[in-house]
Amino acid sequence: MTADLWKSLGGGMLIGAGAAVLLLLNGKIAGISGIAENSVRGIFGEQAWRIAFLVGLVIPAAVFGLGTIVFADGLPVLAVSGLLVGFGTRLGSGCTSGHGVCGLANLSPRSLSATLSFMAVAAVTVFLVRHGALPWHS
Amino acid sequence: MAFLTALFAGILFGAGLMLSRMCDPQRVLAFLDVAGRWNPALAFTMGGAIIVAAPAFWYVRRRRVDLLGTVTSLPERFHVDRRLIVGSALFGLGWGLSGICPGPGLLLLTAGSVQAVVFVGAMIAGFLALRLLPRE
Repeated sequence: MTADLWKSLGGGMLIGAGAAVLLLLNGKIAGISGIAENSVRGIFGEQAWRIAFLVGLVIPAAVFGLGTIVFADGLPVLAVSGLLVGFGTRLGSGCTSGHGVCGLANLSPRSLSATLSFMAVAAVTVFLVRHGALPWHS
Repeated sequence: MAFLTALFAGILFGAGLMLSRMCDPQRVLAFLDVAGRWNPALAFTMGGAIIVAAPAFWYVRRRRVDLLGTVTSLPERFHVDRRLIVGSALFGLGWGLSGICPGPGLLLLTAGSVQAVVFVGAMIAGFLALRLLPRE
């Protein structure tokens, strides 16, 4: 395996460790869309763990920096994408972390269905944008 | 205590997103681009995460408590309905357009780019828009 794949695997194991710690010590699921949504809705008090998790989540990026980030497209596409990600993850009760990591680790057929749905649609979308002829194709 | 353990869990998770470069939209798009120059790296990331988290879920699923003895109920595992599939499909459409899902979106905010602000602002609007729908 190349160094790149080892980093990908190691990073994944850290993600899994984070999900395991939150489950074993807080009794909570590391589903980022749900945690973020509840935080936005101002559910604090006993729920301060959500804010703590989100603060922790961004600390490594804030400390070490993200390096060069190239966004896929202009602001209108990012706005549409963000709306779909926000609406879709809450309608479907989870995102890559909640269904894709935690749900699959919990051997959940429900999360497997969700993961197959978003993976397939995302791959088709990338195919259409990159290899199809969508209007904003660059 | 709950605050500190959640903070620690978040740091581990965020460090994992950094090490695997899951926070790089181009890398995510390369993973999703199965017809182009496919980069399988993120399959290793998801696999690694699932393998490490699975024993924790197995423990809680059986014992119904976490390590501190707090009663913990895991989400429903078998119910599949239209909301789940349609919602996930809409998420996949959004994810495929930008290569950004919720966690990496929050990480991108730390660089303070206008793109990240627009994405996360729209994502929050999407969260709130769902609340306009009647619950089933």
